[in-house]
Amino acid sequence: MDLSRAQISGTGIPVRGNDIDTDRIIPARFMKCVTFEGLGEYAFHDERFAEDGSAKDHSFNDERYRNGNILIVNKNFGCGSSREHAPQSLNRFGITAVIGESFAEIFAGNCAVMGIPAVRATENDVQQLMSGVEKDPSVDVAIDLEEQAVRFGTEQFAVTLPDSARKALISGTWDTTAMLLANDAAIAATAARIPYMVDFAVSKS
Amino acid sequence: MRANLFNKIWDLHTVGQLSSGQDQLFIGLHLVHEVTSPQAFQMLKERDLAVRHPERTFATVDHIVPTSTQTRPFADALAEKMMQAIEKNADEHDISFFGLDSQNQGIVHVIGPELGLTQPGMTIACGDSHTSTHGAFGAIAFGIGTSQVRDVLVSQTLAMSRPRVRRISIDGALGQGVYSKDVILRIIAELGVNGGIGYAYEFSGTAIRAMNMEARMSICNMSIEGGARVGYINPDDVTFEYLDGRPYAPKDMARATAFWQSIASDDDADYDDIVVFDADTIEPMVTWGINPGQAVGVTKTTPEIAALPNEERETAEQAYRHMDLEEAQPVGGIPIDVAFIGSCTNSRITDLREAAHIARGRRVANGVKALVVPGSRQVHRQAVEEGLDKIFTDAGFEWRAAGCSMCLAMNPDQLQGREICASSSNRNFIGRQGSPTGRTMLMSPAMVAAAAVKGEITDVRELQ
Ligand code: SF4
Repeated sequence: MDLSRAQISGTGIPVRGNDIDTDRIIPARFMKCVTFEGLGEYAFHDERFAEDGSAKDHSFNDERYRNGNILIVNKNFGCGSSREHAPQSLNRFGITAVIGESFAEIFAGNCAVMGIPAVRATENDVQQLMSGVEKDPSVDVAIDLEEQAVRFGTEQFAVTLPDSARKALISGTWDTTAMLLANDAAIAATAARIPYMVDFAVSKS
Repeated sequence: MRANLFNKIWDLHTVGQLSSGQDQLFIGLHLVHEVTSPQAFQMLKERDLAVRHPERTFATVDHIVPTSTQTRPFADALAEKMMQAIEKNADEHDISFFGLDSQNQGIVHVIGPELGLTQPGMTIACGDSHTSTHGAFGAIAFGIGTSQVRDVLVSQTLAMSRPRVRRISIDGALGQGVYSKDVILRIIAELGVNGGIGYAYEFSGTAIRAMNMEARMSICNMSIEGGARVGYINPDDVTFEYLDGRPYAPKDMARATAFWQSIASDDDADYDDIVVFDADTIEPMVTWGINPGQAVGVTKTTPEIAALPNEERETAEQAYRHMDLEEAQPVGGIPIDVAFIGSCTNSRITDLREAAHIARGRRVANGVKALVVPGSRQVHRQAVEEGLDKIFTDAGFEWRAAGCSMCLAMNPDQLQGREICASSSNRNFIGRQGSPTGRTMLMSPAMVAAAAVKGEITDVRELQ
């Protein structure tokens, strides 16, 4: 399986607003589960549905964005809880990449280890992209991690993401487990030099 | 160059550099709870991997447990299923588990410290963003996602990028009725909910040094609300005394203390940024909006949108719509429906003592539902020993069993409809307390008690 995420293309789905927290992305009551399967239908649940179950005005309900796979957001997206349920629910809804002005750190980290690029762009570029997609939801949007650029229609702008996430996504090594386990001896050597691991370890009672 | 605690601990725990450019960091203590772990254990099973250091891994249940009756099976079938999953996973992997049949069960960030598991100089990880709480002991502690829980389980390490370090110094003395909760709400209000992104926060200064461990934990707890994944306080005698004699604390305290002292920030350590606050200017704080940065002193009014920086206006407008509050409205006097004292921010014994001090001899206002939820069974026992439960119930508060309760909507304690809740928890996000239209105002536990007995937001200093 090719795990590289160097290029991601498709169409956009804008969700406007700063400081959209993970409780809004996936309300806690839907986290009563032992697998991530099925979380897709609860993405943005309370923003999409009124208490009587009727649909509200939200781009995740909007037919025009039904095929959208690239989420476009504003500032500090994904703040709040560390729940991986948030990117998992977005991913299972069909989101494969996120473009935003800024992201909360744990959210961005969770995206990275799931192989979902979360790239940053300037406020101006994000606004233009949002408006462009709102005007024509079928416009092609493509993220190129090698070039660190987003293209949509005939436009192009620069994006950034932490170097480590970029490398891992391009090389397909974003699933960290194997990489961490490869250093078995070094892990043991580190443990052996940490005072509380050797001198006064926690005793299991 | 002299080093700060953060960089000393980071260096000590670095296994090496990964091809991604990140550091591989050894994790000394891994705490596990029922919500973010089942999928991680499932991944272990799928990949046929074992837990590398089960003796450094400790599990408990907090988020889903009911706090009124804890008999099994739970009425909620989904919660029962999650309960069974963590019992089975802990058992299969030989992990110490503080479940409902343990006297040590409680909120993960309350029990780690009180059992002496949390110690200075450690790296600590947990699939929960408020893991920053443990930084109060001079540890580097951070919240992680479920895939990272898997990584820690199998390798006892994480792939991490080193953040910068900002020292936040609180100098001077806090006034009467002003608590550490007010300090952190003020910090977040000034530096912003994303001001800490990319930073670890070191809290220092004379006001911090004067605090007990419980108060220090409340501050570090909410680092994450300020955008900083890590918050810590240098260990000192207060820390060492707190740990001495706890079940999992080192037996050889002299040796441990020597290490702990060596790991503290050097006097003239370097920081990437320094911010100073004057403790005398900090008032009891109340949030009026939908993120923890939207907070003002209790004697103040809500802000006028036109007076806010551009990038805060949209969220403020949304906050006013959701909260049904007006611009320039005094926060004192806003009526409440529910009062919640609990959560990993403020459910420790000193929090309950401060709240009981306000509740003593008073009555919860008519029409207000008030609950007190100790953070752990140990806190529960201690409070009963001191007669605090009696003070609360005499005043008309409900006295509950340990758990996360109304901090979030994963157990039966939830807001109904548009209820407005004075809460000692850490998040006022829309929908956080269980009702999509419910409203949360964050404040110190003493302020919650004051709101409960007055039926409205009240300056606790008037009742002391
Ligand atoms: S008390 Fe609240 S914030 Fe703390 S761990 Fe429980 S749910 Fe999370």
